[in-house]
Amino acid sequence: MYGLIAILSAWAIPALIAFIPLYAAYRKVPVYESFVSGAKDGFDTAIRIIPHLVGMMVAISVFRASGAMDGIIGLIRPALEAVGIPSEVAPLAFLRPITGSGSLAYTADLMKTHGADSLIGRIASTIQGSTDTTLYVLTVYFGAVGIRNARYALKVGLLSDLVGFLAAVAVCSVVF
Amino acid sequence: MVNWVWLFLILSGIVFAAINGRMDDVTQAVFEGAKTGVTVSFGLISVLTFWLGMMRIAEDGGLLRILTRAIGPVVRRLFPSVPAGHPALGYIMSNMSANILGLGNAATPMGIKAMQELQKLNPDKEKASAAMCTLLAINTASITLIPTTVIAVRMNFGAANPTDIVGTTLLATIVSTAFAILLDAWFRRRHSRSSGA
Repeated sequence: MYGLIAILSAWAIPALIAFIPLYAAYRKVPVYESFVSGAKDGFDTAIRIIPHLVGMMVAISVFRASGAMDGIIGLIRPALEAVGIPSEVAPLAFLRPITGSGSLAYTADLMKTHGADSLIGRIASTIQGSTDTTLYVLTVYFGAVGIRNARYALKVGLLSDLVGFLAAVAVCSVVF
Repeated sequence: MVNWVWLFLILSGIVFAAINGRMDDVTQAVFEGAKTGVTVSFGLISVLTFWLGMMRIAEDGGLLRILTRAIGPVVRRLFPSVPAGHPALGYIMSNMSANILGLGNAATPMGIKAMQELQKLNPDKEKASAAMCTLLAINTASITLIPTTVIAVRMNFGAANPTDIVGTTLLATIVSTAFAILLDAWFRRRHSRSSGA
C-alpha cells in the first residue's frame, strides 16, 4: 500500500507538468505565454504575502525568545497530564499551530531522546502528520487575497488542531 | 481573533521577557522574526511562480473546466455558496488532491489560487466569506495520505518501520478533518443568522 502511494506521489508532479501543457498545446493554447502570464501572478502573490508573514513571524519569535512559550507550556502541561496525555508530548499541543519548524524540531528531539519507535515518538509523529501550522496557513492564504477579518476561521482551525492532537494520542495509545 | 492572537503573542512575550530578564533576546527576536518572514515569502516565490504558471496553462487549455465539471457532489456540498461550474471549484479540488497526496508545495499555490477565485465572489473584500473559511478549515486540518516529512525524520532516527505511523496519522487526520468540517458548518450557520451574510 505504502509502496504504491509512494510511487504515485513520485509520479504525480512530473506526470502533471507533462500532461497539462501537452493537453493545452493540443487545444492550440500558446503554452509558454500562458505560463508566463500565470507565473507573473504567482510572483505578485508571493510579494503580497510578505507584510503578513513578517508581522506574524515577528510575533511568534518574540513569543519564543522571551520564554513565554515555555512558561505557557509549563502551565498547560499539568492540565494535559491530568487527562492522561504524556507530559513529553504536551508541548506539541501548543507548538503545532504556531510553528511548523519549531514543532518538527521538537518532534525530532523527542525521537532522539525516547527513540523513534517509542510510544512518545509515535504519538509525536502522528500529531505532526495529522495537524497543520494553522497560524501560518491562515497568514499565507488570507494574506494572499488581503483578507483582514478572518471571522471564525482561526477558531475552527485551532479547535480542530486540538481535536487532532487528542485523536493522535488516543489512536496511538490503542494501536501501539 | 487574529488581532487578539497577534497582540497576545507580542504582549505576553514582552511581559515574560521582563520577568525572565530577556529583553535583549526579544529585540533580537524581532529582527530574526522579520527576516524569517521575508525568507519564507521568498521561498514561496519559486513555488508560487511555477505552479500558478502551470495552473494558467491548465485554465487556458480548458483542463480546469473539465475538472470543475467532473467534480463530485462532496466538494459542491462543502461550498454551497460557490455557483456550479465556477473555476474556484476546480482549484479547490486540485488543492485538496495535492494535500491528500502530500504534495505540500503544489497544494499551497492551488489553495491560494482557490482563495483568489473565492475572493472574486466575496462581497466584502476585507472580510473572509463562508466559503473561504471552509477552505481554510480543510487546509488547517491537513488531510494527508503520506506524511513524507515525518517519515523522513523517523528514518533519520532509525525507526524499524518508519511508515508504521501512516495508519494512525490517517485515522487522526480523518477525525480532525471531520471535526473541522462540522465545526465550520456550525459557525457558518451561527454567523449567517447573526449577521445576515
